[in-house]
Amino acid sequence: MAMLQQIIDRRLSGKNKSIGNRERFLRRYREQIGEAVRRAVSGRSIRDLEQGEDITLPKRDVSEPVFGHGQGGDREYVHPGNREYVKGDRIERPQGGGGGAGSGSQAGDGEGGEDDFVFRLTKEEFMRVFFEDLALPHLIRTQLAEVPEWKSHRAGFTSDGMPTNLHVVRSMRGALARRIALGGDSRREIRELEAHLLHLRRSPRVADALVQREIRETEAKLEELRAKAKHIPYLDPIDLRYRNRVRVPVPSAKAVMFCLMDVSGSMDEARKDMSKRFFMLLYMFLTRHYEKIELVFIRHHTQASEVSEEEFFHATETGGTVVSSALTLMNDIVRSRFPSGEWNIYGAQASDGDNWHQDSGRCRELLTDQLLPLVRYYAYVQVADAEQNMWEEYSQLVETHKNFAMRKVADAQDIYPVFRDLFKKERGPA
Amino acid sequence: MNAKIKREPLPSPSDWTFELIERYHGEIARVARGYKLDTYANQLEIITAEQMMDAYASVGMPVIYRHWSYGKQFISTEKNYRRGHMGLAYEIVINSDPCIAYLMEENTMAMQALVIAHAAYGHNSFFKGNYLFKMWTDASSIIDYLVYARNYISECEERHGVGAVEDLLDSCHALMNHGVDRYRRPQKLSLSQEQVRREEREHHLQQQVNDLWRTLPRKSGRSAEDEEASKRFPSEPQENLLYFIEKNAPLLEPWQREVVRIVRKIGQYFYPQRQTQVMNEGWATFWHYTLLNTLYDEGLLDDGFMMEWLQSHTNVVFQPPVGHRAYSGINPYALGFAMFTDLRRICENPTEEDKRWFPDMAGSPWGPSLDYAMRNFKDESFVGQFLSPKLMRDFRFFAIRDKEGDPELEVAAIHDDSGYRQLRESLSRQYDLNHREPNIQVWSVNLRGDRSLTLRHTQHNDRPLHDDAQEVLKHVARLWGFDVHLESVDSQGRVNHRKVAGPQAA
Repeated sequence: MAMLQQIIDRRLSGKNKSIGNRERFLRRYREQIGEAVRRAVSGRSIRDLEQGEDITLPKRDVSEPVFGHGQGGDREYVHPGNREYVKGDRIERPQGGGGGAGSGSQAGDGEGGEDDFVFRLTKEEFMRVFFEDLALPHLIRTQLAEVPEWKSHRAGFTSDGMPTNLHVVRSMRGALARRIALGGDSRREIRELEAHLLHLRRSPRVADALVQREIRETEAKLEELRAKAKHIPYLDPIDLRYRNRVRVPVPSAKAVMFCLMDVSGSMDEARKDMSKRFFMLLYMFLTRHYEKIELVFIRHHTQASEVSEEEFFHATETGGTVVSSALTLMNDIVRSRFPSGEWNIYGAQASDGDNWHQDSGRCRELLTDQLLPLVRYYAYVQVADAEQNMWEEYSQLVETHKNFAMRKVADAQDIYPVFRDLFKKERGPA
Repeated sequence: MNAKIKREPLPSPSDWTFELIERYHGEIARVARGYKLDTYANQLEIITAEQMMDAYASVGMPVIYRHWSYGKQFISTEKNYRRGHMGLAYEIVINSDPCIAYLMEENTMAMQALVIAHAAYGHNSFFKGNYLFKMWTDASSIIDYLVYARNYISECEERHGVGAVEDLLDSCHALMNHGVDRYRRPQKLSLSQEQVRREEREHHLQQQVNDLWRTLPRKSGRSAEDEEASKRFPSEPQENLLYFIEKNAPLLEPWQREVVRIVRKIGQYFYPQRQTQVMNEGWATFWHYTLLNTLYDEGLLDDGFMMEWLQSHTNVVFQPPVGHRAYSGINPYALGFAMFTDLRRICENPTEEDKRWFPDMAGSPWGPSLDYAMRNFKDESFVGQFLSPKLMRDFRFFAIRDKEGDPELEVAAIHDDSGYRQLRESLSRQYDLNHREPNIQVWSVNLRGDRSLTLRHTQHNDRPLHDDAQEVLKHVARLWGFDVHLESVDSQGRVNHRKVAGPQAA
C-alpha cells in the first residue's frame, strides 16, 4: 500500500494560468473598460498617460444569475448562540434581512449589497485600449509599447558573468591580493621558524639531545606550515572579475514639443479632449525617440500666452481668434530658448479652424518663412468640419513642405493618420 | 498506540524541506493506518501563493476550460489577497486518484503537517468512502475529463469564435446546479469512452432531435394527429434541465450539445460537495486533530509545533454567536468537527441521555461507528441522525420561524427537552438541497404550436424565486431557441407566470 505517490514541486511550472481567463474577462467588458479609459485619459496629464487604472464595474453587470430563493414565504432557520429566548418568544424583524443574518449562506452572494466590482487595469492593458481608440496600426503599437533600442554600456566589474567577459588582469590582481592576505601570517611564521632552525643547527650544542628534539619539532612545524601555505589556491572562483555591461535605452537627443491650441469660445470640452489625444500621441512618439522632452503649451484666442498644462486644458476663454499670435509667440520662444541646432523641434497645433479672416494668410507666411525651416515636424489638426479660410491657406503648405501635415479630425481614430508620415519616416534606420 | 517510550521529537523548524515533508507524511500515514483510514494514494504538490490563487479562481481544479467568470474570480481573489483582506486557504484538495493536495510554499512546517493530515488523510478518505462521492464522481478519470473538456472547448473557440462559446457557457453555467438526475445513478466518466462515443452520439442525437421536431405530418388522418397532440412531452416532468436541453433543444448544433454535456458533467462532479460540506470539513478537521494529537502523545511533536497548528485549528472551528460581527450562519467546520468529536464521546463515555438518544452508538467502538457515519450519510441525514442534545445545548441552537405577513419573527424551538427533536429536524432541513435550492423542472413542451418550453417551479413553503430568475430564463431561452415560460406554483395552487421570448421569436 504505497500511500505517498509522490511530492511534486510545481512552483516553477504553470504560473499565470489565469491570464487567459483574465483576457476573456477584459474582452467581455471592453465597452465599459474603454469608457473608463477614455475618462481617465481626459483626467491625466500628457506626461502621466502611461499608467494602470482602476476600473469600476457595477456588480449587477458582472453577476452570474442562477435560480435562487427570494424574500418572502415561510422559513425557519436555526441559529447558534441563544441567550435569552424561550419557545414562543416573538422578536422584532431585523431591518433588511427577512430571516436574520442566517440566511446569508443560503441566499448565495448573487447580489448581496450594491458593491461595485473594482479592479486594476495594468499599464499594458490600459495602453492597449488607448491605442485601440486611436486605431493605431499594430506595427506602431508595438513600436510605442516597447522601448525601441538599447545600447550596451560598460559599467565597472562584477563577480559573475560570461567567460567572454572575463577580465584577466583584474582577476589575477584579486587572486594575488587574496593570496597575500590569506598567506601573510603563515609566511611570517615560516620565515621566523627557518631563522630559528638555522640558529639551532649552528648552535654549538647541536649534538645535544634536547636541541636535536627541538630541531625535529621545528622541522615538523615548518612542514605543516608549508603544506598549509600550499593549500591556498592560486586562483579561486571568488577572484574572477568580469566586465560589466548595462543596457541603456538609446534615445538620442533632446526635443521640444510645442502644443498650440485655440481656446476661444467655440472650442468646447469635446474638441479640447480630442486635441489632447492628439498631443498625447505626439508626446508618446517623442518619448520613444528622445531622452529629454520639453513641453511648451501655448494657448491663444486673440492673444497668445504660454501656460502650464493644467491651465492649457482646463481654463476657458471667450472671444475671437487670431492664430498668428500663437505662431509668433512660438517663434519667439524657439529663438530665445531652443536654438534649433541643439533641439529637435516639433509643433502640434489644434484648432477648430476659426480665424480672423485676414490672419490666415499671415499664418501661412509665418510658417513658411519662419517656423517650418526650424522644426522637424509640424502637425495641424482641425477638430471641426467647417471649411474655413485657414484650412485653405494651410492646404497650400502640404505640397511644398514635407515636414508639414494636416488633418480634419471628427473622431479619435482620425488622429493617427496625421502622424502617419512621421511614424513612417522615423521608423527607418535613424 | 499508547505512548510506550517517549521518542525523539521530529525536527520542527519553521522552514519546511522536502525531506521533512516526507518524514512527517510518513508518520501521519502510519498513524492514519493505525486508525484504519482508507484513502487514495496521495500526491502532494508544492505551489506558490500565486498558483494557489489560480487554483482558487478555477473552482479548485488543476485544469479547467477558459471562461471570463474564472478571470473575474481570479481578479477579486488577487485583490483581496494583496490588500490583506484574506489569507489564502491553507489547502485545496482534489477528489482524484491519486488524491492531489496542494501545499503552499509560504506555509511553515507545522502548517504543512496540518494540511497533510487534514487534506491528504481527512478529505481524501471522505472522498473515497462517502456514498455520494462514490455514486456521483469517479476520482480516477476526473483529471482526464477536465483535460478533454478544456481541449474541446478551446477547439470550439477556434472553430466557432470566442464570443459564441462564451455565450453558450454563460447560459450553461446559469443552469449548472440543475444538471443532475437526483434519483438515477450516473454513468461513470471515462475519457476513452467519451472520445469514442462522442461522434456517434452527435450524429445519433441530431437524428433523434430531428425526429422529434419533424414538421411533415406522418400520416394524413385526424385521429393519429389528435392522439399525438394529446401526448405530453416530456411524459413526466424532468428535473435535469441541462440534460433535457442537451437531448431535446431543437436548434443546438452537435458541438453545442457537447458543451452543454461538459458543463453538466462538471456540475455533477460538484453535486456531492454541495451536500456534504459539514460532514466533509468536520471529518477532515476531526482527523487532523486526532492524528496530530496522536503523534504528540507518542512524543514525536514538540509543544511549539502543537501551539502553532492549534491556533489555526481554533480559528477554523470558531462559531460566532448570532448577532456577533463575524456571524454569517453556521460554520460547517465548527458544526462538523463538534459532531464527530461528540460521536466519539458518545461511543467512549456515554451519559444516560446519550444512551436514550443513541442506543446503538453508546458504548460501541468509536472507530467503526464514525466510519459508518462518514460513509452512509449526507449533511441533511447526518444532522438528522446524529446531532445530540448535548451539542444543541453547547451551541445554544434555537430555531426562528419567519412567516410572510407576520410583522414579527417567532422562536419556534430552543435547546430544551421539548425542542430537541424539532430543532434537529429544522437544522437537518436547512441542509436539504431541495430546501436550499428551488425545485424547478421541465414541465412541458408545446410540440405542435410555438415550440415553447415551460418550466415549473414548485414553491417550497411559498418561497418565491429571486429576481435573477428573469435573467436565467433568458439563458434558457438562448439554449432552447424558442419562448420559455416559467410557472411558479405556491401551496394554494396559484400560478405566477413569467415568460421570456426566445431568440427565434423575432
